[in-house]
Amino acid sequence: MTPIKLYPPKPDKVYFFGTCLIDMFYPQAGLDGIRLLEREGIEVLFPDDQTCCGQPAYTSGYHDEARAVAEAQLDLFPEPWPIIVPSGSCGGMMRTHYPQLFAGSSRSSQAEEVAGRIFELTEFLVHVCHVRLEDKGQPQRVAMHTSCSARREMGLAETGPGLLSQLTNVTLVEQVRASECCGFGGTFAVRHPEVSAAMVEDKTQAIESAGAEHFVTSDCGCLMNIGGRFERKRQDGQEGQVGGEHIASYLWRRTS
Amino acid sequence: MNVQTFTPQAFHRQAHDALGNPQIRSNFRRAMDGLMAKRRDAFGDWDIETLRDLGANIRLRALAKLPDLLEQLEANCQANGIRVHWAEDGEQACRIIRELCEARGARHVIKGKSMVSEEMHLNDHLEAAGIEALESDLGEYLVQLNEQTPSHIIMPAIHLNTEEISDVMHDRTGTERTIDVDYLTAAARAQLRERFMAADVGISGVNFAVAETGTLCLVENEGNGRMTTTVPPVHIAVTGIEKVVEHLRDVPPLYALLTRSATGQHVTTYFNMISGPRKPGERDGPEEVHLVLVDNGRSSIYQDNELLDTLRCIRCGACMNHCPVYTRVGGHTYGTTYPGPIGSILMPHLMGLEATKDLPSASSLCGACGEVCPVKIPIPDLLVRLRKEAVGEGRGNVEGAGVKRDRKEVLAWKGWQWLATHPGAWRAGAGVAGKFRFLSPSRLGPWTDYRTAPKPAATSLHAMVKQHRRKLEREDEK
Ligand code: SF4
Repeated sequence: MTPIKLYPPKPDKVYFFGTCLIDMFYPQAGLDGIRLLEREGIEVLFPDDQTCCGQPAYTSGYHDEARAVAEAQLDLFPEPWPIIVPSGSCGGMMRTHYPQLFAGSSRSSQAEEVAGRIFELTEFLVHVCHVRLEDKGQPQRVAMHTSCSARREMGLAETGPGLLSQLTNVTLVEQVRASECCGFGGTFAVRHPEVSAAMVEDKTQAIESAGAEHFVTSDCGCLMNIGGRFERKRQDGQEGQVGGEHIASYLWRRTS
Repeated sequence: MNVQTFTPQAFHRQAHDALGNPQIRSNFRRAMDGLMAKRRDAFGDWDIETLRDLGANIRLRALAKLPDLLEQLEANCQANGIRVHWAEDGEQACRIIRELCEARGARHVIKGKSMVSEEMHLNDHLEAAGIEALESDLGEYLVQLNEQTPSHIIMPAIHLNTEEISDVMHDRTGTERTIDVDYLTAAARAQLRERFMAADVGISGVNFAVAETGTLCLVENEGNGRMTTTVPPVHIAVTGIEKVVEHLRDVPPLYALLTRSATGQHVTTYFNMISGPRKPGERDGPEEVHLVLVDNGRSSIYQDNELLDTLRCIRCGACMNHCPVYTRVGGHTYGTTYPGPIGSILMPHLMGLEATKDLPSASSLCGACGEVCPVKIPIPDLLVRLRKEAVGEGRGNVEGAGVKRDRKEVLAWKGWQWLATHPGAWRAGAGVAGKFRFLSPSRLGPWTDYRTAPKPAATSLHAMVKQHRRKLEREDEK
């Protein structure tokens, strides 16, 4: 359990940090996240110079390179607005590891300050915006995969399912071992491909046997991994594979 | 009997074999699912976070005072009649133990469970000197019969199911082939009972060594620990120097955490507190008690203010029970005395990073280990720290630091760094997909063996946001 976090009142403006995976592979999820925030009457600032939080290098041990990239992000958020990140792992990187990465350096207080303003998207929608969602979609059985970073590093196991449960036509299905990792882990998936493959195979089976027609996740790493496995099985002619998307897109799609 | 040797260098091959072995897969999955459920139930309505904080603080306090506590432990043990020996490494510890055995003319040694003795390959050492060392913990006994090493630090034979155990016992000891667990346990008990009586020396581990009282605590379920430490005329306890705690009152919280985290038990069947040899007039207990305190790399871990946290470990095994990698590949795949997450943060110090370079990366950093560790070791952070050491960007104080530094990979990360610190170039992107080229097609190979390749989007988020802004502005103007 993470310490209880005190949430601020809903601000007029926020920064949006889109993450590199969304920028490159899932931009729609980023845009949908922005639109969800704008619908709450919040002006969303998207610093044009943002690139990547630095996590891939950080978890691979290349901390000098990670620090350089992280440092370039630190200056992008000069005003005291919250910084919204549509990913638990990038959010965790910025909230937890930025202070560690810059400890003892001239940037340390800035890193602490920025870290204190980081919110994961679903966290912000639930705890700061107190959103109320009106479901306009058809009945559907949905599985939610909360990323390990959102769940454990940021302590956000409940926010994604909480938002989905507001959708009256959506049935949230229960998977076995829901809290188990899907096997992505960034470079883990390429360094230990077979172990990672065994993990994602189990995850897709768990989602499927829960009777899900669709899955959503709040992290594009997991989406790429689980979705890629489902798609691959479909290509290989296996029946009953499930499609997935980022929770921001799902929420936007069903409520707009 | 297929005697397999496992090494950390062959992690990938061993993982491949284990993943393809349905028996291994289901044995571990079933056992780990059971252990996770038991742990969850055992903590039930306990305020587990407060208890973990307490456990972590007790261990941190003990480590902060480690040199003083070890001196205090030595003095108090000696006052109790326990003779204390210091060993810088495993080899020296083996030698000390062998000499103690030889001084008594010992031929037969009975052993309680001790991972430190595994770490220093004590049995092989004694055998080479003509001294037979027999494991008396049931799991260890089976593993020894099967000429294997433990696959788990708490349940050494967890890789075997009942049929396999029955086969091993039948082949090695002539018991009937049966899946009747009671029969098998009773048979093993009878076989071991004789050996306790015949043993010249008993060797055990230690769970907590209490500095203020000179007491050695031993946690167990089978009674073999009590037999090992009371029946033979000599008892030698062997332990790593980090197992010391300051006060007797530090033991109950650690014990509560240990048993619940390990096996989901509220108490174990036996909890032994050993505070000296048989006193005049007493009717049982060993004539001699020795404590061998083994460093074997621990004091060098101790020098580093981050890595130091590794030494908090109370060897409960919860990190492996909850590890999605361990659950799938099993303990032998790691090829090390300690497998799973604790092994991946400890073994590089014991064997060097060259031999163990694939272990710190064998984690998705999902954090399950750190979440359950009863003494709150930040295991994922330590894995990252060792990855940093392996690629030569750490402090360089772990043996083999820099072994994974690869010119091509460094260049790739430098290229990534350049792009991610030049927003104009990032946006222009040289085609969005270009940004992840450093993963090069060959690196993407294994990814696409099991999944479709991620498809770069036609428009980046940067570009989409621009369009979105323009649209909003147009709407405003209307
Ligand atoms: S690292 Fe923590 S969870 Fe793992 S064996 Fe040690 S005390 Fe238990």
